[in-house]
Amino acid sequence: MIRVALLALLSHWRRHPVQLLTLVIGLATATALWSGVQAINAEARASYDRAAGTMAAGSRARLTADGPIPQETYVALRRAGWPVSPIVTGNAGGLRIVGIDPFTLPPEDQPTGLGARQIDTGFITPPGQLLVAPGTQLAAGLPPAIEAEGIPQGTAYADIGIAQTVLGMEGQISRLILTAEPSFNAPPLDEIAPQLQRSEGAGADVARLTDSFHLNLTAFGFLSFAVGLFIVRGAIGLAFEQRRSVFRTLRALGLPRLTLLGLLSLELLILALVAGAVGVALGYVIASVLIPDVAATLRGLYGASVEGTLSLRPIWWLSGLAIAVLGTAVAAAGSLWQTARLPLLAPANPRVWRRGSTLTRQLQGGAAILCLGVACAAWIGFDGLIPGFVLLGGLLMGAALLLPVVLHMVLSSLSRTARGPRSEWFWADAEHQLPGLGLALMALLLALSANIGVGTMVNSFRLTFTGWLDQRLAAELYVSAEDDAQAREMREFLGPRVEAILPIRAAEADLSGAPGQVFGVAADHTTYTDLWPVIDAGPDVWSRVAAGDAALVNEQLARREDLWTGDTIEIGDWRAPIAGVYSDYGNPQGQAMVGLDRFDRLFPDAPKHDFGLRLPLEDVPRVEAALRERFDLGPDQVTDQEAIKRISLDVFERTFTVTAALNVLTLGVAGLAILTSLLTIATMRLPQLAPVWALGVTRRRLAALDLGRAVLLAALTFGASLPVGIALAWVLLSVINVEAFGWKLPLRLFPLDWLRLFAMSLVAAAFAALLPAIRLARTPPSALLKVFAHER
Amino acid sequence: MANGTLLRVDAVEKTFHGADGPVPVLRGVSFTLDAGRTLALTGESGSGKSTLLHVIGGLDTVDGGHIRLGETDVTALNDRGRAKLRRSRVSVIFQQFNLIPSLNVASNIAFQARLAGRYDPDWTADLAARLGLTDHLRKCPEQLSGGQQQRVAIGRTLALRPELVLADEPTGNLDEETGEAVLRLMLDLVAETGAALLCVTHSHSLADGMERKLVLRRGQIA
Repeated sequence: MIRVALLALLSHWRRHPVQLLTLVIGLATATALWSGVQAINAEARASYDRAAGTMAAGSRARLTADGPIPQETYVALRRAGWPVSPIVTGNAGGLRIVGIDPFTLPPEDQPTGLGARQIDTGFITPPGQLLVAPGTQLAAGLPPAIEAEGIPQGTAYADIGIAQTVLGMEGQISRLILTAEPSFNAPPLDEIAPQLQRSEGAGADVARLTDSFHLNLTAFGFLSFAVGLFIVRGAIGLAFEQRRSVFRTLRALGLPRLTLLGLLSLELLILALVAGAVGVALGYVIASVLIPDVAATLRGLYGASVEGTLSLRPIWWLSGLAIAVLGTAVAAAGSLWQTARLPLLAPANPRVWRRGSTLTRQLQGGAAILCLGVACAAWIGFDGLIPGFVLLGGLLMGAALLLPVVLHMVLSSLSRTARGPRSEWFWADAEHQLPGLGLALMALLLALSANIGVGTMVNSFRLTFTGWLDQRLAAELYVSAEDDAQAREMREFLGPRVEAILPIRAAEADLSGAPGQVFGVAADHTTYTDLWPVIDAGPDVWSRVAAGDAALVNEQLARREDLWTGDTIEIGDWRAPIAGVYSDYGNPQGQAMVGLDRFDRLFPDAPKHDFGLRLPLEDVPRVEAALRERFDLGPDQVTDQEAIKRISLDVFERTFTVTAALNVLTLGVAGLAILTSLLTIATMRLPQLAPVWALGVTRRRLAALDLGRAVLLAALTFGASLPVGIALAWVLLSVINVEAFGWKLPLRLFPLDWLRLFAMSLVAAAFAALLPAIRLARTPPSALLKVFAHER
Repeated sequence: MANGTLLRVDAVEKTFHGADGPVPVLRGVSFTLDAGRTLALTGESGSGKSTLLHVIGGLDTVDGGHIRLGETDVTALNDRGRAKLRRSRVSVIFQQFNLIPSLNVASNIAFQARLAGRYDPDWTADLAARLGLTDHLRKCPEQLSGGQQQRVAIGRTLALRPELVLADEPTGNLDEETGEAVLRLMLDLVAETGAALLCVTHSHSLADGMERKLVLRRGQIA
């Protein structure tokens, strides 16, 4: 019985190969986009794991206080089961001294060159030893030096006890490094040391940023998958509707309800596995094409190391098949439920073309409002990246559900403007088609909204970024000398040849307990006062910075630590008032900017090799050539502004290559959704078209009207997707970016891009409708006449 | 009422090509129908009645012979010409009603007349009233009973005031009582418009109500 029943069910696909193809294509493309993105993520994460040894040191969490931490606090924490290691830092004899405890600091966190031999031979016993870079000159009174490769210039590592003595910080600790998470029964930090604050390290920032990037990719992969599922849902729904008579007959002939449902589930499982396998193979191809760009992006933007090749992981293709099966189950759930509740004597005619009832529209509208409500609640009530994506998902899903309701209203209004019988029928028929084309149009809405939203976001970012580069890279040439002596010589040489020489000083430093960078600049120069991209500032910002009374911080630091104009920040030992905040799209790290004098006081030993040159543009080649000739400079020692901008923009463009590719693929899938919907329902349209043909409208005219209707529906869908896309762009720029990257960008509008996308969507819809229209125009009269002879 | 021959069917042949080879359906069918007259076409299932109706109405083409409607050689018309013929001069009432599901009753009745540019609101309203459809004008076809749907189809045909009405088993889908009521109404209204009526039917009582009767047997007039 089961075999016979299964064959009867499967015979449907033999008679409807286009529908079968639709289902397989929909599911395969959905799975391909999803598993492609997952392959990229898996490969990137595997690369991070391989690099974990080198990343670990930077990724430790830190415990800090407003001032030095008493050594007793450290002892109390260790006794309470907190795996912490002490660090003391300070300046002595022109060096930045870093005191560590080699017994509690994990080996991978210890400076290069520090091994058991040094510990045994005096690293930890007075007078101790300083681990320094080769060639470092030590001031008198400091412990003897051990030179080692890999130690930063100007920095010296010592045992913590030795360092405390050298720095005069006996019994005091600058910060504690958390070498692992405390055991579950360890008392909370608030109980043992309430004065300490926990903060994550720079490595954690990179991890957070790469996580954000992968979450973005996953979200887009999921969006593409959802668009593909609309095709699957449509195909399965139609297949079930068309087989209502078969279901009824099988039931009437004695097949139990549960057996019927089991057979249908088995049929769907087989289809899902076949389509899933095709999808996984396609996903591998997509991932192979995209992964070099992803690797370049992660390297360029975050400094994360990812190999540009792809390996086939069992977990990945198994999860691809699983998502295909899961997607099919989701897409088929409604149809299976309806079949389970189908009365034995239910009408056998397909109901696909039944006029969409007011109740259905009301239910859809209600679900849309619910989704939009969830989105609003996530936006208003919660912070973080996950609520950001809930807002994004709720917005898109709500808009998609609302689309048929809006289109119904628009078409009803337009039908009132109809003047002739053909136009009256055209509008009424367009409205009548909505239930059948709704899913494909919803898929199109999602794809168009994503295109508009992401396009607006990327272009807004590009404009802001380009403007920011113009401001930040105001100097026409950037020069890096070999050493301070050469730098002095260069300044003398360049003095009469350029308009201004702007020293650029940089040092690594703790910014309110977290690692960051400090820059020293000539803050009173017009390059800064007129051009620097300040987004939040108090009065006399530049004069205060130039006088050494205040500092500027970058946007990432301001948002992460909630430090704005008027607050104070600890830069090493200095509690600096914040005079303003500047935008900074170049890196994830916190930065502060201070005047040159203040910088020299804070970091007297920081190199003085780098400076920017202001000069007329036409003089750039001449001055650059003269510099190179006079000082025999290497290629990386003189860089012109244009080259830096070119490199920066290149990194930027690569960042969005993957997103753009996914966008195009998603739009392609939506076009496919329209094509497959139109092909699948083409034969079911005949009962609607045959009477009109019989009454004197030619097949060619009907085909043209059908083509026009598809284009019209695409145009209306584009109209609906425009506000959704702009809202999506706003969410990406003002919510997701802030949470993921730490910066907020202004929303800008690009009507010309929309016009191009509008034209593309019309062309895509026309192409999708062309084949069904041609088939209609060539439908033989005998096929149309069958409508009048049989119940369909 | 107009006189003279309106429809001339001359040696018409039609063959369908199926999986089992060619099947001749019409084999040299000839007859005439005068303007304003009624003719019943009867015969067994598969005798070619509906096919004959379709080729006369320009819904299908012939393989041989000629069909003339007035001065027009229907068999010489191309697709566009046949569409124009269906739009303005001939109207078909189908057994399955074949209303346009996306339009309401009022729009369905007026549709063909408006296509032909011959829409007369007064006449259409009068037709709707006489067909008992006045209270249903805003409804969709699917909300009507079979008898009501067939009345809408008759209204659509007569709103055009065509020269020739072709009816294919117009009461075949209705119960006997409803069928007779619909039939009487159709005959009265057709007579009132002066159109000729060619009606395919199995029903002897319906055939007896016509002025002439032809029997088709295996594709030929018996």
